[in-house]
Amino acid sequence: MTKINAENMHFKALNQAIRDSADREVTVEGCLGQRFIGSGCLHKSISVYGIPGNALGAYLTQSDITVYGNAQDALGDTMNDGTITIHGSCGDAPGYGMRDGTILIKGNAGYRAGIHMKQYMNKIPVLVIGGRVGDFLAEYQAGGRIIVLGLGFEDTCPVGSYCGTGMHGGAIYIRSEKAPHVPAQVSVSDADDEDKAQIAEDVRKYTGAFGGNAQEILSAHFFKLVPNSANPYKQLYVNN
Amino acid sequence: MPVNFFPAEFDVVRNTDKCIKCRACERQCSNEVHFYDADFDKMLTRDAQCVDCQRCVCICPTGALKIVPNPNDFRKSPNYTHQLMIENYRQAGTGAVLLSSMGTPKEYPIYWDKILINASQVTNPSIDPLREPMETKVFLGKKPAGIRKNPDGSVCTKIDPYLELSTPIMFSAMSYGSISKNAHESLARAAEELGIYYNTGEGGLHRDFYRYGANTIVQVASGRFGVFKDYLDTGAAIEIKMGQGAKPGIGGHLPGQKIGEDVSRTRMIPMGTDAISPAPHHDIYSIEDLRQLIFSLKEATEYTKPVIVKIAAVHNVAAIASGIARSGADIIAIDGFRGGTGAAPTRIRDNVGIPIELALAAVDQRLRDEGIRNEVSIVAAGSVRCSSDVVKAIALGADAVYIATPALLALGCHLCRTCHSGKCNWGIATQRPDLVKRLNPEVGYKRLVNLVHAWDHEIKEIMGGMGINSVEALRGNRLMLRGIGLTQKELDILGIRHAGE
Repeated sequence: MTKINAENMHFKALNQAIRDSADREVTVEGCLGQRFIGSGCLHKSISVYGIPGNALGAYLTQSDITVYGNAQDALGDTMNDGTITIHGSCGDAPGYGMRDGTILIKGNAGYRAGIHMKQYMNKIPVLVIGGRVGDFLAEYQAGGRIIVLGLGFEDTCPVGSYCGTGMHGGAIYIRSEKAPHVPAQVSVSDADDEDKAQIAEDVRKYTGAFGGNAQEILSAHFFKLVPNSANPYKQLYVNN
Repeated sequence: MPVNFFPAEFDVVRNTDKCIKCRACERQCSNEVHFYDADFDKMLTRDAQCVDCQRCVCICPTGALKIVPNPNDFRKSPNYTHQLMIENYRQAGTGAVLLSSMGTPKEYPIYWDKILINASQVTNPSIDPLREPMETKVFLGKKPAGIRKNPDGSVCTKIDPYLELSTPIMFSAMSYGSISKNAHESLARAAEELGIYYNTGEGGLHRDFYRYGANTIVQVASGRFGVFKDYLDTGAAIEIKMGQGAKPGIGGHLPGQKIGEDVSRTRMIPMGTDAISPAPHHDIYSIEDLRQLIFSLKEATEYTKPVIVKIAAVHNVAAIASGIARSGADIIAIDGFRGGTGAAPTRIRDNVGIPIELALAAVDQRLRDEGIRNEVSIVAAGSVRCSSDVVKAIALGADAVYIATPALLALGCHLCRTCHSGKCNWGIATQRPDLVKRLNPEVGYKRLVNLVHAWDHEIKEIMGGMGINSVEALRGNRLMLRGIGLTQKELDILGIRHAGE
């Protein structure tokens, strides 16, 4: 295992050191806002102590990142596969354009989470948010699963406004008694046992990373959000 | 029976003396205009379905066909034109947004045609490219502000990653999805043979074309289709698409019916689902955010390749370009509003943005004024139609140009402007296998090579006439240009004098 003390290190030097490490396991200590950690990394397992900067794990490929603290904006941008685990909360736009892999966030996420997540065949990205999430969750979602557990926010709906605008694929699961406000492209239903079975593995990954009882979490009420159509904009145009 | 509010746009005229009823036109027309009536032993037409792509005219073995504009016209008004009336009928019938393709057909000023090029007479003799060396090679990327030397005198200037072009022309972004696989293959092979670059557009890169990576610019747009490590690693440069000249401020939308198996795999989205590129990048709200995306791409590719930022030419283009030049981008591509598109809302295409000539001149001047012109190369796009347009663009300050419509013309496009229908009879803007196979990439790539070779030769001749023997010496050389019939304001923005001055 390689240990890197990131104190006073520029992001270029830090990322170079991570890439150059002969070990798969890399631990970064004293991280303070360095951006792009793990961006495009191959075959690495990176542990970060402190607070990584924006675009952590962008284009991440066959690598895992665990952060023992909070993460900032653009977490897992266009992530390809692997797992990002955040023992805290994250900023805006996590999982933008994500293609595969798993992002587990123990706490809350900011605005614009999971925008334009995709899926293709067996590449199905998963974003699990333990707490609550801001506005514009899953805009233009084209695939994958987004799960908001709302732990500690049981009295309110844990997602903000404009959830799923332009959604045309994938599914959102929200653990709540209170239904979210959604635009016309999205249909909301109560998750049944079959739906919950779809996310049981994801919830177990969450509790495996952060503790808690998956069975108990899954026993609560969930809403399932899916798009009304794969072609929500079809009727908008006339050939001219 | 409901009344059709407007007649067919085109008359399909058949010379029955020449027609041999071979039915080739019927087989060739994906719009099903031609059909054979056995009872009358006659070829008939459904004129309303004709888009004037000229495929049947070109294919007819006896030259029996002509497509002409329908002479029937509504009562004339320069204000409510025939086209405008039809558009209102269409919208009243459907309640939908008008969708069009290719560059705007509206009559806006074309500044290329109001600029004249200089030539040498008596002094500073002209150069004959046939007998003297003439350099059209250009390098795109950051240029060092000065030369640095080690104590021992050896040069230690750090050179940033760059693109090397044999001639200052590249094929502009057209995605796999909007155009066919055979069209992409033609572009890729031509770029390789010519020593230039083609651009994937935002639809990812087909597995078969990774071998052309050294001549490929891979694009990252707001939809992030097909973007992953291999894709980024394969390209010679990465282009962040912020905007497109034909549709500034809005995103892209490839309809589900164009997403077949292959396009689906390349874009990594399910078959039949719409491919939607949101209008903004949802992680870019400022120049600082743009800088972040640029550096995340540079980190992911270990600073080995230049990053291009492509923007549409809009009103504040000079200030925006100044921000981009400071954001870490190596190359700025500016796309003028007359540029083409595979699909854009008509009203946006015909009314939003500014001409490339003015935008280019304004950006080049602004970056010079701020002393940061060397920080970026400028690529001009959006209706560069011929070699003299290329020369004028370079003299106005461009390092190179992007062309797309001329490349499509080389492949057989007749500018019928219905790419969005997906039924391109020339096998270019379609994914229908029976249509795609009409475009033979073996022939297509040679025609593209011919086109660029011809332009390259013309560029050399025009430069030679000016007594200039390298593109480097032409760039930003506005003294070589004169305006004709332009106002003082237009001349000021273009930074050129009027003819005769």
